[in-house]
Amino acid sequence: MIPTYYYVALGAIMFAIGVIGVLVRRNVLVTFMSVEMMLNAANLVLVAFAFARQDILGQVIVFFVIVVAAAEVAVGLALLMAIFRTRQTTNVDDMTLLKG
Amino acid sequence: MELAVFAITAAVALTGAVAMVLSKNAVHSALFLLLNFSAIAVLYLLLRAPFLFAIQLIVYAGAIIVLFLFVVMLLGAERHEEGADALGWQQPTALVMGIGLLAALLVVALSGPLGAPAGVAEGYGAPEAIARALFTDALLPFQVTAMLILAAIVGVVVLHLREQQRG
Repeated sequence: MIPTYYYVALGAIMFAIGVIGVLVRRNVLVTFMSVEMMLNAANLVLVAFAFARQDILGQVIVFFVIVVAAAEVAVGLALLMAIFRTRQTTNVDDMTLLKG
Repeated sequence: MELAVFAITAAVALTGAVAMVLSKNAVHSALFLLLNFSAIAVLYLLLRAPFLFAIQLIVYAGAIIVLFLFVVMLLGAERHEEGADALGWQQPTALVMGIGLLAALLVVALSGPLGAPAGVAEGYGAPEAIARALFTDALLPFQVTAMLILAAIVGVVVLHLREQQRG
């Protein structure tokens, strides 16, 4: 049986890689992909804790997270399409409309 | 045996994650993300979550990655990072702070009493058990989720309407 902290450490590393991706990359689509990966890291840790505690509700939470992530991706990509239609860019540095 | 599967899958997942962030081409990023999602699906099997294994492959590896690839190719956004960074000092700072976050997360992750479970309960992780929890303890969130998806569908349709169609 694999100790739970192996999974928690893997989830932590993946989450940190996702954070670095969000901060470092300038392509808004890759930024969005990094956010999805952070969600996945959190899901992995949730399932690992559900297994450690033998509590099925942890898996139910992950199910809801996946559903919300799917809806979020649909709306987020629609927003990116709308931004691209008006501003012709996917670079976050060019999206400065709210800058004071 | 189980540890070997975990080690290989974890290595694949981390490779996919790092390669996704480092790829210059957004299409490659999406494909590396697919690799990462598939590896996590295998880890769900190791954690006795066959239902989530299937959901992960269908929703993430199937629907979400296809959506990403579709939008990347539609926008022609594969290579849109040529110009110089507007704030050059941001990237090294972000890298340092990300590594700091990783260190903090690992300290917390490895300090708790997080051993392996003593044993696996009979029927743990079976789709029947998840369905029972979903339709009893989590019935209200389940219903709210339906509203959320409806709102998402309506929102996407509204976002794609042309100005003159909105009336």
